[in-house]
Order: sequence, then C-alpha cells, then structure tokens
Amino acid sequence: MIKPVLLWTDALVFLLVAVIVAFVLYARHREHLRTPWREVLRSRLAMASLVVLAAYVLTGLLDSVHFRKALPVKNGQQEIQYSGEVLSLFDLLMGPVRTQVEKSYSAPFAVRLYTREAVIGPDGVQRRIYPRLRYGGRHLADPDRERGPDIARRATLAAAETAAAALLILWLSSWRLARRHAETPRRMARQLLRGDLDLPWRTALATVSLLLLLLFMLYNLAGAYHVFGTDKVGQDVLYQTLKSIRTGLVIGTLTTLIMLPFAIALGMMAGYFRGWVDDIIQYLYTTLNSIPGVLLIAAAVLMMQVYIANHPELFETMTERADMRLLFLCLILGITSWTGLCRLLRGESLKLRELEYVQAATAFGVARATILIRHLLPNLMHLVLIAVVIDFSGLVLAEAVLSYVGVGVDPTTLSWGNMINRARLEMAREPMVWWSLLAAFVFMFGLVLSANLFSDAVRDAFDPRLRQRQ
Amino acid sequence: MFAYVVRRMLYAVPILIGVNLLTFALFFVVNSPDDMARMHLGMKRVTPEAIEKWKADHGYDRPLLYNAQAEGLGRVTDTIFFEKSVRLFAFQFGSSDGGRNIGQDIGQRMWPSLAIAVPVLLLGLLVYISFAMLLAFFRGTYLDVSGVVLSVVLMSISLLFYIIAGQYVFSKLFHLVPISGYQPGWLAWRFVILPVAIGVFAGLGSSSRWYRTIFLEEINKDYVRTARAKGLSEPGLLFGHVLKNALVPILTGVVVVLPTLFMGNLILESFFGIPGLGSYTIDAINSQDFAIVRAMVFLGSVLYILGLILTDISYTLVDPRIRLS
Repeated sequence: MIKPVLLWTDALVFLLVAVIVAFVLYARHREHLRTPWREVLRSRLAMASLVVLAAYVLTGLLDSVHFRKALPVKNGQQEIQYSGEVLSLFDLLMGPVRTQVEKSYSAPFAVRLYTREAVIGPDGVQRRIYPRLRYGGRHLADPDRERGPDIARRATLAAAETAAAALLILWLSSWRLARRHAETPRRMARQLLRGDLDLPWRTALATVSLLLLLLFMLYNLAGAYHVFGTDKVGQDVLYQTLKSIRTGLVIGTLTTLIMLPFAIALGMMAGYFRGWVDDIIQYLYTTLNSIPGVLLIAAAVLMMQVYIANHPELFETMTERADMRLLFLCLILGITSWTGLCRLLRGESLKLRELEYVQAATAFGVARATILIRHLLPNLMHLVLIAVVIDFSGLVLAEAVLSYVGVGVDPTTLSWGNMINRARLEMAREPMVWWSLLAAFVFMFGLVLSANLFSDAVRDAFDPRLRQRQ
Repeated sequence: MFAYVVRRMLYAVPILIGVNLLTFALFFVVNSPDDMARMHLGMKRVTPEAIEKWKADHGYDRPLLYNAQAEGLGRVTDTIFFEKSVRLFAFQFGSSDGGRNIGQDIGQRMWPSLAIAVPVLLLGLLVYISFAMLLAFFRGTYLDVSGVVLSVVLMSISLLFYIIAGQYVFSKLFHLVPISGYQPGWLAWRFVILPVAIGVFAGLGSSSRWYRTIFLEEINKDYVRTARAKGLSEPGLLFGHVLKNALVPILTGVVVVLPTLFMGNLILESFFGIPGLGSYTIDAINSQDFAIVRAMVFLGSVLYILGLILTDISYTLVDPRIRLS
C-alpha cells in the first residue's frame, strides 16, 4: 500500500512540463514557431547538449513522483499508518544503492573501509585493520585478486549491452525517419551514419549511446560497488549526487517560472502605459535592485527559518518542510532576479508601442488589454525565452554558493551545494576524502555546461540582432 | 551637472525609504520580536521574563511603528522602526545583537575587503580585456573558436571549485602561500595573492566572452571598415580605434560596481578567512545577527545608488554627446 505525496515543487514541476508539452503540440504545425527551433537543433553542440539536458530532466522527473509506504499493520489496528519517509520513483529504481549503507567513508570501488578499525580476530587478538565493507564488493571471495577482473567483466558487459541498445535505436530511428522522407530504412541508416541529414541525428545518436553506456555501467556496477565511494555516514555518493539533480533543476526552472508573470506583466505595463504606472514600476524595481541580492536572500531565508521553527504543525513530514523551504528559496531568488528582465521588456515595449501596427490597433479601438496580450506579448517572447535559458545555469551555480553561505536549501535536502559544503571539511582530512566533492562538481558541471551551450544556440537563433548579422 | 547630481541624490531618498520599509517588514512583520528573542535564547524552556529581558536589552521592547503611550514626537520616534531603521540614514548603525558597535566594525573591516576587491577588479580588467582583444584579433580562426569554447567551459565551473582546487594545489600541495588568514600592513600580500588570483580566474570565462562580443560589435561598424580601407594596419586599428570605443561600455559597466567593492567578496573572504565586510556579513547571517544584516543591507543599497549616479556622470565624461539634464 502506498500513499501518493504531491509536494509543492512537484506540482509546479509537472505544471511546467505540461506547459512545455502543450507548446510543442501547438507549435508543431505552425511554421513560424518551428523555424527558429529547427535552427537551434541544426547546431551539433546544441543537439548534443539537448540530449544531455533531457537525461538530467528525466532523472529529475522520476525523482519528482513521491509517495509514502504503508507501515506493516499491527494486530488489532484498524487504520493504516504510513511511514514518515517520503520516497520517489527514482529511489525505487536505485533500489539497493539507496539502502546499502556502509559504516563510514570508503573510496570509489573500494572493498574495505577508508579508516582503520579495531577488530578482534578469530584468535582473540585485537588488531587495527581496514575491515571489509558490508556491501561494496561483498560477492568477492578474494577481493585483492578478483576485484580488477570483476570490474572489467562488468564494464565489458555494459559495453556490449550499450552496443546492442544503440543498434536497436539506430534501427528504430532510421525506420521512423525513412517513413517521413519516403526512403528505405537501409539507405536512411546509411545517410544517418554519414551525417547527411538536415538535422544532426548522428550527433544525437552518439550522445544517446554515450549516456546509455553510463547507464549500463551504473546498472552493472552500482549494485556491487560504491562507484563514487561513500560519505561519512556511509551513504552512497552516487545516489546523493543523482538525487541532487532534482534540486538543481527545480531551482533553475521554478525560479524563473515564478518570476516570469511579474516581470512580463510589469515590464509590458510600464512600457506601454508610461506615465505614473511607469514611475511606480520603475521605483519598485530600483528599490528591489538596490538591495544586495545575497543579503536580501539571506534576510528572507533567516526570517523563514524562524517562521518554520515556530510553526512545526504545518508540515506533516520532514520532506514537506524541506520542500517548502526549497520553494521559498525559488520564490526569493525569483524576486531578486526579475528586475533585469522587467527593465528589458519595458524598453522593448516602449519601442513596440510606437510601431504602426500597434498604432493601427489603437486607432481601430482595440481594447488595451487585447493590444498588450495579442500584439505586444508575442513580440516579446523571444526576449523572455533567451532570459530564461540564460538564467538557468546561473541559478544552478548560485544554489551551491547559497548553500555554502548557509541560506540555501534545507540541510536535509540532497543538493550539490550541501554536498560541497559538507565535503569541504573532509579536504582537511589526512588522507583526503575527495570523491564526494568531485562527484558533486562533475555532475553540476555537466548540467551547467550543457545548459550554457544550449542557451548559446537558443540566443543565436532567436535574437533578431544576431540573425541580421549573419 | 551639479543640479543633476543633487536631483539624483534627492531621488535616492524615496528608494532608501523603500529599502528600509522592505527590510523592516521582512524582519518584524513576519516574525515578532518575541519570536526573535526565542530564537536567540534557544527554543526550549524560555521563560516570558527571559524574553522580556532580551527585548529590553536589545531595544525591541517598543511598539513597531506607532507608540500611542508616548508624548508629542515621541509617538513616532520611540518605536522600533525609528530606532532600528531611521537612524541608519544618519549612518548610526547602533550595536549588534552580540553587543559590538557595528559602525566601528565596518570601519575596521573595510580595509581587508578592499585589499581583495580592488586588485581583483583592476587585474581582472587587464586580463579580460587582453584576452578578449586576442580573440577579437584572431576572430573566425580556430584560436578564436577554441578561446570561446574555453570561456564557456570556464564559466560552467562553480566558483567553489576554483577556490577549493586553488587552496589544495597552491597551499596544501606546494605550500606556496598560507591556506587562509590575514595580517594587516604590507605583509598582507602573502594572504591576498591567492584569493585575488582565484577571483580573477573565476571571472575569466564570462567576462572575456562578453568583452569579445563588445569588441566584435565595434569591429563591424562602418568607421572601422573605412579606416581599414584607408590602409590602417590591423593592430593599429584594434588599439587605436576599436579598443578606445569599446572601452566606453566596459568602463561604465565597471563604474557601477566601484562603490560596492566596499562590501567585499562574500565567498572569497569567508573561504580564505579574511576579516573583511564579506565575511562579517556571512558570520552575521550564520549567527542570525539581524542588526548587522540590516546595517549591511542599508549600506549596500546606498553604495548601489551611488554607483548608478557615478555611472551617469562617467557617461558624460567619456561621451561628450550625452548631456545630463
């Protein structure tokens, strides 16, 4: 028995997904909306980064389906009690990786603990040795000799599985493309491999294969070893860094989602109505802008901490409390970051309102709200889109810094910032514990780099100033 | 010009009032002084007397905005808002919740902050402009493309990584500089050099890419083409004309941040244990000292507005076509 849990951020994430899906369906048959996106995907880098981003998003979405398991029913108990632990679909998929908790630190692929422990041997003598791990490499009888070949065997298996899966995908995609281009699948596959098609499908396929390789490696190795080692309390670092993906994505997307309505509405109104409306809105964003961002965030988060500490009855589980804090962080980050976009939209609206088609609409007596929504808004959307994709990577990076300052996400939420923050002290250990830090940085780098590359392509395709220059 | 500056300063007053009202609302409306007292005294077993005493000690025992019991002007001045917020306008920061004089602390901690922030700014400008000029000179070649890709990669790496890697390599592995700390006077350079280098390097990606765009925009203008047609050499063109004109947006962008340099760099200072205003702020946040956070918010907004005014003035200085009215 399970009880589904819909956290606030889950709801908003699914809302966002629904909006994107609706837009794709809407734009599919409208050429003027499709053209710039085709332009984006024509770039090989953009295609590759889109595939990587999609992998991150998929992980984040799987991690956004939450539920609570029922506790075993005791005798004579009528009502079903649910566990206080909120799990996600992703936790189920990770299976043993989540639950196989060691005693303390262990290095990547280690079979022994990283620290010495006093153990009483079978002969009754106490020795200080590196004890075997509870789970990592448990299946090996003689770990020193068998570990290398075992890892190699599993990696080879993963490579073989990847090759099979990649061939299957190649066959499926050429079959699909062949129907669209009225070709035979065999010739289509050849064209695809030569890279002769209008979109860089070959790059997409290569990236997918690479990701599949990682996936199969994970599948084969993560259950038997701790691929990225374990942290102080013995939790698998790979699991932590994968769980952090959701936090990063939520901050990167929900922040802009929250700020967008304000920025668009106020920016358009200031530019279109001018006069006292403009004055008030300008005053509003200058005031907000003049408070140093980090301090405003810090002040707001501090206040919220006091509020949450004083009202524990509002939250049923710890996860819900942490989630509320995450949402609030998005909100406050949004408040500090909408001003830039608002100013940009105001300037553009000032220019647009003087154009002939808007003047004509005014002369025909079209209602002002209609002019704003039907005539101004569509012509501002490219600015909004560019701002959203550019802000994304900055927000993901900001999360790490804020968590370090102590005003980021809840300490119980798994996030890259929290991982780095905790691992910082481990750097001073002798010998050094480096894997948690590295795992967090590598996964964050992957997300931010692909987001940066993708946003470059989006900007090139949507910014009319850049389009004219080419 | 003078009239313009005076008017801008007057215009700053409502903004600062807005900032104060906003922070005041944030601090006192969401949570009452009682909540704050409980937070500071610890959550468990707080007696009402202890709360009253804490409030009286820290000046939170007055009404929020309007004191009905006081006489005359005291109705407005004998309130928390007046005591804690309006006094900021006279730069009277009062004492922190920990009991120290905030104004004095700020005066002391300003200098280490500047010792980091000023070199980062100047050295950064030099490095970013040179790198961007190099890319603009070789525009369209593989050097340019790989430079841009390098910039994107560099800007995708977290600042925290640069700091941790830098501390590890230079301090722990090679023992070139102390890992953290500070010492006043000229000997400070040993402590300052690594944070400065990391600060400059961390900004390399985004800044030089942005400067390169500015240079390229300038290179594509008509006067450059004319100059080239008249036979000016490419380096002469870049240094003589393009650099000079591109410096206008770059320098005015720098002027905005000049006053905020006093606030220091939060992350660098706290990682390297430099007793500047940045680490002061972080410590205040961590120890939940609201008085300091409030003072720093106010100081930050004043400096930001000062930066905006300076930017407008600098526009008239570098571009004679712009006249302030």
